[in-house]
Amino acid sequence: MNLKFRNKKITGILTILPQKVRTFEDDMGNYNFPEKKSLRLKKVMGYNTHRIAEPGQCSSDFCIYGLQYLFDHHLLDKDSIDAMILVTQSPDYYMPATSNLIQGHFNMKQDMICLDINQGCAGFEIGLIQAFMLLDQEAINKVVLLNADVLSPKVSIHDRNSYPLAGDAASITIVEKCEDNNDIYTAVKMDGTGAKALIIPAGGFRMPSTPETAIEHEDEAGNLRSLNHLTMQGDDVFNFVQREVPPMMHDLLERAKMTTEEIDWYMFHQPNKFMLHKLADAIGVPYEKMPSNIVENFGNASGVTVPTCISYNLGEKLEKESYKMCLAGFGVGLTWSAIIMEIGNLKFNKIIEF
Amino acid sequence: MKEKIIAILNDLRPEFSFTEDVDFIEEGMLDSFDIVSLVDELEETFGIKIEGIDVIPNNFSTVDNIIALLKKSGVES
Repeated sequence: MNLKFRNKKITGILTILPQKVRTFEDDMGNYNFPEKKSLRLKKVMGYNTHRIAEPGQCSSDFCIYGLQYLFDHHLLDKDSIDAMILVTQSPDYYMPATSNLIQGHFNMKQDMICLDINQGCAGFEIGLIQAFMLLDQEAINKVVLLNADVLSPKVSIHDRNSYPLAGDAASITIVEKCEDNNDIYTAVKMDGTGAKALIIPAGGFRMPSTPETAIEHEDEAGNLRSLNHLTMQGDDVFNFVQREVPPMMHDLLERAKMTTEEIDWYMFHQPNKFMLHKLADAIGVPYEKMPSNIVENFGNASGVTVPTCISYNLGEKLEKESYKMCLAGFGVGLTWSAIIMEIGNLKFNKIIEF
Repeated sequence: MKEKIIAILNDLRPEFSFTEDVDFIEEGMLDSFDIVSLVDELEETFGIKIEGIDVIPNNFSTVDNIIALLKKSGVES
């Protein structure tokens, strides 16, 4: 599905990371594989350090910490928020919505909309598209987009497929109406027939968690995980991304009447360096324009990787300058989405630790 | 080319004996993460780029399939 917007812009990005750093070497002993094999994989996939939340820290805690930071530093006025979207796969509760909990924590005005959206790897793009649609309403002038995931407790430490890239984080993106006539081009696609390629089988209503679902089993490759843990058909996900994302990108560039060279930055979701480099090759983009240093330094925190990539690689520079960016996310759902828009002259663009 | 490929495979999974007449995927000798490492080694050894769309198990299931992939990726026989 192709959607186009105008008169909207991002005015600030804040990324909130856990303080706890784990290294690949810290985790390596937990994997049922020879050290040489694991180290080879570290090199190819770009694994190094990742950020993990402390036990008990939830998605909402990261969002609340970040929002409080913005209020305290006069970077965001609480009463100006007309809508708050939280994109997460790790809500505090089944009910109520975590965005309502956050609204309640700050005693925000009642005349606003709170929405939880269950999306992951493409969660930043899906959240932005939802924010743009809300901003088409006369009554809505400012949307706070929260992306947060604390999924590390749902990943087996004995799973070499998934644990090295596990990362917890949150981001806060302010999206507002503006007078700029810059067009925003977006594309989003979904394929639920592949929904089980990335899944946490137990813990929902379909398969409640029981002592039996907590028993770890060894898969064909030697990874140990239970039904309570995230499981990923890595090769299926990789093939889907390589098959579907390049044509979507070429179509989006064509709609925007732009060449690959005219885009300053490709800020893409980051499951691993190998996948990202293969994507860059397929699209025809130099690696320098598509940073792949987020999974290496912080891990893959689902929809938070793209804002983290923007904050980490551009930082204060984006408070003074503006760039044509292509954002893209792909994964759980299966969902894949991309956006071409101008981003810059932000009020803030930084990373803080919680 | 054949000898180089077999040497890379044997280094990757020394617990197996890689020969020409075996399906490495069916026999469980290579998993998806081995394939990623294998792509990296092949690219380095032969100085080529293997396209992401070609990183599928069937292209790595036999020595002949790997040779075909390398030729497609620009290695001259």
